[in-house]
Amino acid sequence: MSLARRDFLKRSAMLSGGLILALNLPGCSKPSDITSSGQPVDVNAWLRIGPDNSITFFCDRSEMGQGVYTALPMLLAEELGVALHRIKVEFAPPGLVYTNNLLGTQITGGSTSVRDAWEKLRKAGAQARAMLVAAAASSWGVAPANCKVEDGTIISPHRKMLTFGQVAEAAAKLPVPEHVTLTNPAAFKIIGTPAKRLDTPLKVDGRAQYGIDVRLPDMLYAALAQPPTLGGKVKRFDDTAAKSLPGYKATVQTSSGIAVVADSWYRARKARDAVKIEWDSGPNASLNDAAILRGLQRAAASDGKVARQDGDANAALKSAAKVLTRQYTLPMLAHATLEPQNCTADVRADRCDLYVPTQIQLVAQAVAAKAAGLTPEQVNVHTTFLGGGFGRRLDVDFIPAAVEASKAVGKPVKVLWTREDDTTHDTYRPPAHDVVSGGLDKDGRLTAFRLHLVGPSVTARMFPAAVEKSIDPFAIEAAANYPYDVPNVLVDYVQHEIGIDVGYMRSVSHALNCFVVETFMDDLAIEVRRDPVEFRMGLLEKQPRYREVLRLATREARYGSPPKGRFQGVALMEGYGTYMAQVAEISIVDGKVKVHRITCALDCGLVVNPDTVMAQVEGSIVLGLTSTLWGEINLRNGRVQQANFDSYRLARMTEVPKVDTHIVSSNEAPGGIGEPAVALVAPAVCNAVYMATGRRLLSLPLTRHRLA
Amino acid sequence: MIRLNVNGRDVDADVEEDTPLLWVLRDTLGLTGTKYGCGKALCGACTVHLNGAPVRSCVTPVSAVGEQRITTIEGLAPNRSHPVQQAWVELDVPQCGYCQSGQIMSAAALLAQKPVPTDQDIDAAMAGNICRCGTYSRIRAAIHRAARLETEKTSAA
Repeated sequence: MSLARRDFLKRSAMLSGGLILALNLPGCSKPSDITSSGQPVDVNAWLRIGPDNSITFFCDRSEMGQGVYTALPMLLAEELGVALHRIKVEFAPPGLVYTNNLLGTQITGGSTSVRDAWEKLRKAGAQARAMLVAAAASSWGVAPANCKVEDGTIISPHRKMLTFGQVAEAAAKLPVPEHVTLTNPAAFKIIGTPAKRLDTPLKVDGRAQYGIDVRLPDMLYAALAQPPTLGGKVKRFDDTAAKSLPGYKATVQTSSGIAVVADSWYRARKARDAVKIEWDSGPNASLNDAAILRGLQRAAASDGKVARQDGDANAALKSAAKVLTRQYTLPMLAHATLEPQNCTADVRADRCDLYVPTQIQLVAQAVAAKAAGLTPEQVNVHTTFLGGGFGRRLDVDFIPAAVEASKAVGKPVKVLWTREDDTTHDTYRPPAHDVVSGGLDKDGRLTAFRLHLVGPSVTARMFPAAVEKSIDPFAIEAAANYPYDVPNVLVDYVQHEIGIDVGYMRSVSHALNCFVVETFMDDLAIEVRRDPVEFRMGLLEKQPRYREVLRLATREARYGSPPKGRFQGVALMEGYGTYMAQVAEISIVDGKVKVHRITCALDCGLVVNPDTVMAQVEGSIVLGLTSTLWGEINLRNGRVQQANFDSYRLARMTEVPKVDTHIVSSNEAPGGIGEPAVALVAPAVCNAVYMATGRRLLSLPLTRHRLA
Repeated sequence: MIRLNVNGRDVDADVEEDTPLLWVLRDTLGLTGTKYGCGKALCGACTVHLNGAPVRSCVTPVSAVGEQRITTIEGLAPNRSHPVQQAWVELDVPQCGYCQSGQIMSAAALLAQKPVPTDQDIDAAMAGNICRCGTYSRIRAAIHRAARLETEKTSAA
């Protein structure tokens, strides 16, 4: 950022209306060769320092409740030397510098934000600090090493002081030091503390702005009619009735459906509902659950791409004394972000401003540019707070219609989906049909494990280059890393597309695969008459981090001695670099499963904010439990049958268990925590259900089995 | 033209009679703190007060409001000073935060009726407010905390 150099005194004169003031703050020296133009300085891509010493952090990850708005500034603040509460956070624009190095683009997902930023932001903070101190030290003629930093102020060995704001401009001109020393974790003052969230004040008085809240001058609103059959198209439409309704402005045929534009959203929705549309049902007109399942079952007969291979599982199964084989079926799920999908676009001749709750800024920018007929550089993406993400906002299907509508009417347009639009036009968590086999020898030892995963691939649609030559890494999670000490292991994956778009949903294939692996482990344990925990421990001798969380969870849950009438089940998993065990404690009340308590033990390496870790575990468990008990999306004649929260049930306050979370103290590199806890709920609960009922459940949700 | 009393001020809204109060607040008056989640009174994100009582503004036609005093999250208290807001901040209740305006309005209405609610009171008052992020245990704890803050204040007075 280039700044006009202005004389510091002249600037003071402007501020004081003509009087020249020598600004003499007590204790602050007036530097002889530090000049400031009075403009804020972007010291690096994440850090802006104002002349008044205000600190702004450009948050390059989307805040959807997982706490990056606080955790990322904590990393920077620790090394920069400012108090966390002084940091103002803004969302960063699209930029290659903001690439998530773990995933390859500017993206918030995969529980990677803290892991990706761990070295990067601390280094950026340390580099900025070094430059600021160097600038101050130079003006004093002292060695930087003899200066101290206290909350944004640099102190010389002779107790002279300069604020970051005073030296930022000079500092930004210095070369960025390649080598900086990061703080030893033992000396962390901010990282590792349960710091108060920076976004909470905004979220308790209505000030936090979500995509749905964006308001621009002259803005119009649009409601969107999408094909009722997934994959369908508009054949013809008649908007005569809509045109005479109050506030009606225009009907725009977009690439996503018919957008009806009006001067308020309620009027737009009424007008949309008055448009008569004839639809071409498209290729999925007869698609239903049974057809999808049949397709997956047929595909299961094929060989898959190998994800993991130790020894020769097929041979070992042939020669095993006993073989257990199970077939699992898992349904599609809806993301159900409480803020429905929306996008606001302001398209001009040579630029587009996009206001959108997105998790994937550069892709959003590219898609908007294409829809507007502009270059990506001409599109400004303004990321808002997200009213829930869960992976839904990694898709950009809700962007083009807003851009096309704005372009058509020549004004900013906000497109907002209804809840019904949202539930029926999601990119659903994929279904799965998996076949698993275990081979036991005559002494009851597990000698072979074979897991045959079958389902559609999200990655093949969203990032095709990643799966051109290799197996979809996001289809084989919590499977390829099978941790148990079994000599013959085979995990493979058959990609079978079902005709509609599927999407990444919080914990992605961990939720699918952990259910299969962990309920099957119980199945095997019970087959050889062993306690499920003891059976697992016997196969984890080489896995200390798994053993520790299993030990901790079972101890805290008082595993083996539940209260009378209650039953316990366990699940274990490593995902996102985090090791986790859960024990579910349930009872059967009126033929329905009541989950009283879930005890969770986790090892996520170094913890940035322990309060956020607790919150993420609690929240993930609620989401996982919702899916376990009721989560199911049904398709009939290509139409999703669920529409609102009366047909797609979400857990309420009265329905959630007590959650106890125990964090293993660790100095290992940070693991992700936004997602893993989701995946253990179903297997832990269903393993407990077996103890209570003797029924081994091979499909979800529990409503299928009349247990919910 | 419909006259409404919102957060202590009289305002006029040029809207059709059947317009849900939610959309008058958000689009006509620019008070976007009250949220849209379902449009069918299933999720509680749209909760506001009419004369202090909680209502789902997404199914309340503006013509039904009359002279009742409307309070939205923006008007609940100055500078987040309501005990519910204080407790929410103390316990860092919100995650994504989208449901929290509705949660806070429901909780505030509960405490106005029952200054020291039991867990069953909380269940009954809050079951209509969905939180997809699953912050329920903190919401419950914060309601108890808010009740204590209020009684501490009253006993100190």
